Amino acid sequence: MASDMSLAGRRRVQLALLLTPVSLFFAVFFLGPLTIMIVTSFLAPGLYGGVEWVFYPHNYGRILGFADPAFEIFDPVYLAIFLRSLKIAAFTVIATLFVCYPAAFCIARLSERWKNFCLFLITLPFFTSLIVRLFIWVLILRQTGIVNEVLLAGGIIDRPLELIYTDGAIVLGMVYIFIPFMFMPVYASVEKLDWTLVRASLDLGAGPIRTFIRIILPLTAPGIAGGAIIVFIPALGNFVVPAVLGGAKVMMLGNLIEQQFLSARNWPFGSALAMMVMCAMLVLLFVYVLASGRRGADVMN
Amino acid sequence: MRDSIVRLEGAAKTFPTPEGQSVTALDAIDLDVDRNEFLTLLGPSGCGKTTLLQAISGFVELDAGRILIDGEDMTTRPPYRRPVNTVFQNYALFPHMTVGENTGYALEVAGVAKAERMKQVAAALDMVGLTGMEGRRPRQLSGGQQQRVALARAIIARPKLLLLDEPLSALDKNLRQAMQIELKTLQSELGISFIFVTHDQQEALTMSDRVAVLSGGRIQQLDTPRNIYDRPNNSFVATFVGASNLFEGQMDNGWLLTSDGTAIRYVPSVGNVSGKAKALIRPEQLFISGEGRDHPFLDVEVEQLVFVGSSFELFGHTAEGRKVTAEIPAGRRSFVGEVEQTRKARLSYDPAAVHLIRCDADGI
Repeated sequence: MASDMSLAGRRRVQLALLLTPVSLFFAVFFLGPLTIMIVTSFLAPGLYGGVEWVFYPHNYGRILGFADPAFEIFDPVYLAIFLRSLKIAAFTVIATLFVCYPAAFCIARLSERWKNFCLFLITLPFFTSLIVRLFIWVLILRQTGIVNEVLLAGGIIDRPLELIYTDGAIVLGMVYIFIPFMFMPVYASVEKLDWTLVRASLDLGAGPIRTFIRIILPLTAPGIAGGAIIVFIPALGNFVVPAVLGGAKVMMLGNLIEQQFLSARNWPFGSALAMMVMCAMLVLLFVYVLASGRRGADVMN
Repeated sequence: MRDSIVRLEGAAKTFPTPEGQSVTALDAIDLDVDRNEFLTLLGPSGCGKTTLLQAISGFVELDAGRILIDGEDMTTRPPYRRPVNTVFQNYALFPHMTVGENTGYALEVAGVAKAERMKQVAAALDMVGLTGMEGRRPRQLSGGQQQRVALARAIIARPKLLLLDEPLSALDKNLRQAMQIELKTLQSELGISFIFVTHDQQEALTMSDRVAVLSGGRIQQLDTPRNIYDRPNNSFVATFVGASNLFEGQMDNGWLLTSDGTAIRYVPSVGNVSGKAKALIRPEQLFISGEGRDHPFLDVEVEQLVFVGSSFELFGHTAEGRKVTAEIPAGRRSFVGEVEQTRKARLSYDPAAVHLIRCDADGI
């Protein structure tokens, strides 16, 4: 019917108008830079910085195994950094989860007043500078830091431990920074947990461990998955923590990319590395959306 | 010794209140539930009935006393090792599992093989009228259907005792009445004892073999529904179960005389010749004079006549100002018209239907 058609048409125009600002925003601040980066990653690096406008796949080749034979033979060092970054990010996720999951249960059972106070404490670090907070860890962990001084004075060790500038120090710093990111989604799902379901499970003969695996874990899984994504993605690309606590010895993808852009001035290679990080994140997000989509579909049916 | 499926001996529990005081939820309760019995715990909220249920299922630890189920001491056993299952008030179905998985959960936990489990799930769902619903999600079901799944889930492992915590309170009236009948039928088919908690006296009277009326953490009366209604032990039971007209006064060999001069006729017997007592007359036992001229009567001024469908509820007071409620069958149109004009009614009663509650039963 004509009137219906025109109504639908009007709707479409309205929708397009309403979506214009956000579409423009995405085009300018997201699609634009992304396109520049994708293009750059396929260009040859200029001898003194900048780019040469020729198709050059060897930026990816340096990482994945088909390096430009004119310059170098393939060295898996970048792959190693990539894997190490994945590993550190994964450890960060696991460690923050181990801290936040039990804490969320404890806080969820407190009275309303204490609950709010604890939530305030958890968000408190956001109000101070990230750099300052990380440098405090330097003071704690360095050779002449508090930990080593105390252990030396107590006679427990006779030589300072190498605490700082290790993978461990980076994970520690990451955990410290990302705990609030993990806590909030985990807490949201734990607080929502219906304890009568736990009771029902116990009542039907399932012991505490079984109840945890079959009831509590699946019901809080969305929070865990959300927290894992929110922590993993910035942890993978983070360069501040490794720069401060990893020193020159431990390099992560974030530092490598920063180095390519700022010191080595190899923008195409930096872009290629950044694209790799983005691909890893996209795969992860895709899996997450797929999983939560299936959950959603279950509910809808 | 009685062959009871559940026995409580001096079960006691107090809870601290946020104000630093304590509330007695269970006050040294003794209770025996017979095999294959449908027992209802009836009481107002806060009377201890839910605590009692949770003590039996194991979610509340007793301060003192013992719980025996089928002769075995269960006092310190955790809930997951008691042969008791519960139908929860809000069903508590696992939202991430299908109806089939929900129903078979107790069997899965007990390690029953999948093929056998599915067979039993199908049978249990069949029993509650949800044949073939295994693949649905709890959220896709109506309230009544969820209720049935909760029931199937709780009976599938054949517990020795089924506890039902106000399971019908969320259903609408028609569905509730249908479920009441079904529950009673299911209970006699299964041969499992049911302990049913409710604050709805109608529900308690409809379904139960026996009713335990609770108040203040004590069992006020444990008896058949008819006795609870017709012969309440004390005025709490009399007023909580059903509507009631209570006249407090001095017994005088067949007459109960209130302080303001109202006289109620009763049939004297041993033990109620003299002393203080309350006379209970249910509203439906007051009828319009003229039907039986020999009966004693009360003259009341009618305040309100409320049509409730099958009957009229008459609210009035005697010349002395004592409130009286009566239930008049809706068929008596002529009477209704008369009352509406004169605002007066003469209500008769049969002295044999007057039940006396001695005041020492109320602790007065």
